[in-house]
Amino acid sequence: MMEFILAKYNYWICILLMMIGFYAVIVKKNLVKKIIGLNIFQTAVFLFYISVAKVTGGTAPIYTEGAAVYDNPLPHVLILTAIVVAVSTTAVALAIIILIKKAFGTVEEDRIIEMLELNNDK
Amino acid sequence: MPGRVMERTMAKMLIPPVQLYGLYVIAHGENGPGGGFQGGVILGASLILYVLVYGLEAGKKRISRGTRDFLLPCGALIYVGIGVACLLAGGNFLEYSALPLGNPKHATHLGILGVEIGIGITVAAVMITLFFETARQDEE
Amino acid sequence: MLELILLFFLVVCALAAVQMKDLLSSIMLLTIYSLIMAIVWMSLNAVDVAFTEASVGAGITTVLLMAALSRTSREESNRKVSLSVRAPSLLVLFLVTAVLLYGTVDMPAFGDPEAPANLHVAPEYIKHAVHETGVSNFVTSILAAYRGYDTLGEVVVVFTAGACVIMILRKIN
Repeated sequence: MMEFILAKYNYWICILLMMIGFYAVIVKKNLVKKIIGLNIFQTAVFLFYISVAKVTGGTAPIYTEGAAVYDNPLPHVLILTAIVVAVSTTAVALAIIILIKKAFGTVEEDRIIEMLELNNDK
Repeated sequence: MPGRVMERTMAKMLIPPVQLYGLYVIAHGENGPGGGFQGGVILGASLILYVLVYGLEAGKKRISRGTRDFLLPCGALIYVGIGVACLLAGGNFLEYSALPLGNPKHATHLGILGVEIGIGITVAAVMITLFFETARQDEE
Repeated sequence: MLELILLFFLVVCALAAVQMKDLLSSIMLLTIYSLIMAIVWMSLNAVDVAFTEASVGAGITTVLLMAALSRTSREESNRKVSLSVRAPSLLVLFLVTAVLLYGTVDMPAFGDPEAPANLHVAPEYIKHAVHETGVSNFVTSILAAYRGYDTLGEVVVVFTAGACVIMILRKIN
């Protein structure tokens, strides 16, 4: 049983963090809070990949003289790209939120939907 | 900004070493952790620090809108330019060993360095642009 | 042991960042979350990724969120989310968690050198990177030489984000 937990605990922590971020995205009404939840979700996914890359007894993937086993460098490369893409999407999302605030005067999702329905009824 | 002597002095002392560190990280990405993205972000952060301490107007005088808009695609063009240079030198796109810069291993090393510099320029310009556009202009 | 304490703090920071009504505190907790995540990655020997997360996640995301916060409202509204919205969401959450936990039963053990992710291409890169590219950092050589197309796409994505923000916000600035 202890073996099973020690073998899988990294995946369970990632799932827990992912669900916390996912809850913020689907339940919270404030748009900025949704973006914060999305960031938590994305970073938890990166933790999953980096924990897959770890090899017991391996060192950092930089060539050193006496090292025998290295960690897998391929997921590191993927996550490097993913982090930069995540900040790009966060920036564009925040720009759109600023525009929404200018157009509607609020960033609460239910108020915006009410205003849109009022506009449609006119 | 009247007053704020401590912040302005600290910023004046800190910004040049931060920029030097950013350039160091770009150049030494091959022998240790680092590379184009990390160094570019650090370079962008040095200018964001300047704007945070001295105000948006002073920041706009230091790096005008035209300069920002010009630097933005420069890095991507450098990257694609190196790739096309490899094509013209006879190899495939982005095959650095085809460049006429010595033996193939040396040419690959220099190609990687050039590509990292391009990445650093674009990422720094994008971080500065993102901050300048999203920050509250003082008329609001 | 250190990792377990850091992971515990990660969960606490994430929960607090989601629950706080004051958005400024929420953003600061997100910064702390990013920084602790970078430390966890350092303890997993992912040095390049930790560097990038500390500078980009804990640095730039905080600055952008605070800049957006200065142009929108600082407090989240106090109206409670009704139970009719919360109950199905929690149900969906539990279902997704159950399915994911069921999926982890078959995943390879943490740190296994024989896991499928560590076979196939990665040992080839590790064996040939230094003498083919002359660069000691395997991550940089894969990023710029072996997988150069992906990095080209990434630079274009970053440029596109900057261009989009310019197009969206210059009209109202």
